[in-house]
Amino acid sequence: MTVREVAAGAYREALPVLLVSASGGLFAGLVLGGMEAELRAVPGLLLLVPAILATRGNVYGSLGARIGSGLHQGLIDAAVTIRDERLRGAIVAALLNGVLVSVAAAIMAFGLLALLGRPVAPLSTLVAITFLTGLLSGLLLTTAVVTVVVFGYRRGLNPDTLAGPVVTTTGDLVGVATLLLTTRLVLWLGGG
Amino acid sequence: MSPDGSTSHWSVGAITRAMLPLLLVLTVIELGSGLVLDALQETLLAYPTLLILVPVTIGMAGNLGSILAARLSTAFHLGLLSFDPTDDHLAGNGLATVALAVTLFPLVGAGAWLLAWLVADPALALATVVLVALTSGVALAVLAVLVTVVTTYGAYRFELDPDDVVIPIVTNVCDVLGVVVLFGAVRAIV
Repeated sequence: MTVREVAAGAYREALPVLLVSASGGLFAGLVLGGMEAELRAVPGLLLLVPAILATRGNVYGSLGARIGSGLHQGLIDAAVTIRDERLRGAIVAALLNGVLVSVAAAIMAFGLLALLGRPVAPLSTLVAITFLTGLLSGLLLTTAVVTVVVFGYRRGLNPDTLAGPVVTTTGDLVGVATLLLTTRLVLWLGGG
Repeated sequence: MSPDGSTSHWSVGAITRAMLPLLLVLTVIELGSGLVLDALQETLLAYPTLLILVPVTIGMAGNLGSILAARLSTAFHLGLLSFDPTDDHLAGNGLATVALAVTLFPLVGAGAWLLAWLVADPALALATVVLVALTSGVALAVLAVLVTVVTTYGAYRFELDPDDVVIPIVTNVCDVLGVVVLFGAVRAIV
């Protein structure tokens, strides 16, 4: 194969997937762009955005891959229900890790900004926001990933190629939308 | 039953022990890009159009890097790859990454401007936003190629399976580079 042939093949293969994920990313941006008031009210929140988005991808991308491997290996039955011990273990672990890492990010972000002498919201505010965001976005993403992967598999689709795009397109959007929702809730409950 | 299939391997404790340390390391890396955003906060809040560009730039950078990494890993496993700048697979995939960035980032810039225009005052000219997006995209594509090739070569030298190590490293490093490059483009153009 010549350089030109390799490049043309790679370009054609990647373009549709990237277009879909770019659209998802733009809508996540639209929500973030509308969060100006919340970002001003909670100094340190913007610092947490990349960590929160990456954690969604890392945790729930891995959950999708794990369930996909389980289905391929026959460890999880295609007629699976939530009572399946392995599926439940994988889901609980993903939720636990998602919440733990989100809260750890809030604590580290608070420490970092305090150390640098930059303005930062109270630790309790940041922890409450990341805890609720981790839990709520986790429940939504688990539902999306399990539904798409299991139902896709039953219809003869390869779960390995389904899980990635589902998490990249929904993960950012769900992550930012739940961040907006929980920040408003925490500000309303705590009066800022 | 294989150790991989035993129920204990799927227990909450086992999965957490395998995942949590890596997740915490990746979070520290991501907080690095958060610090860059924090330093840029005033500009981003003054121009919501630029705020719209943040998640999509981060996402596209990680995606360009991870697709390139997956393709190079496969070429490497098939024995098709040699680490020579004139190698067909290396040069072809690198070229495709830059071409994808040149195609997609102006669209992303225009999309961000259009969304901002629909909901509020975009505050910046369409051409400015497209230029910020294109500049960031081309710089990111070149950096993604360099990071991916160096990481894949490192995995090969240390006899590690590129599938295990290259994709997480490249995706998260490209996330950080996405924010840093966007910061540079905003400072230079806006």
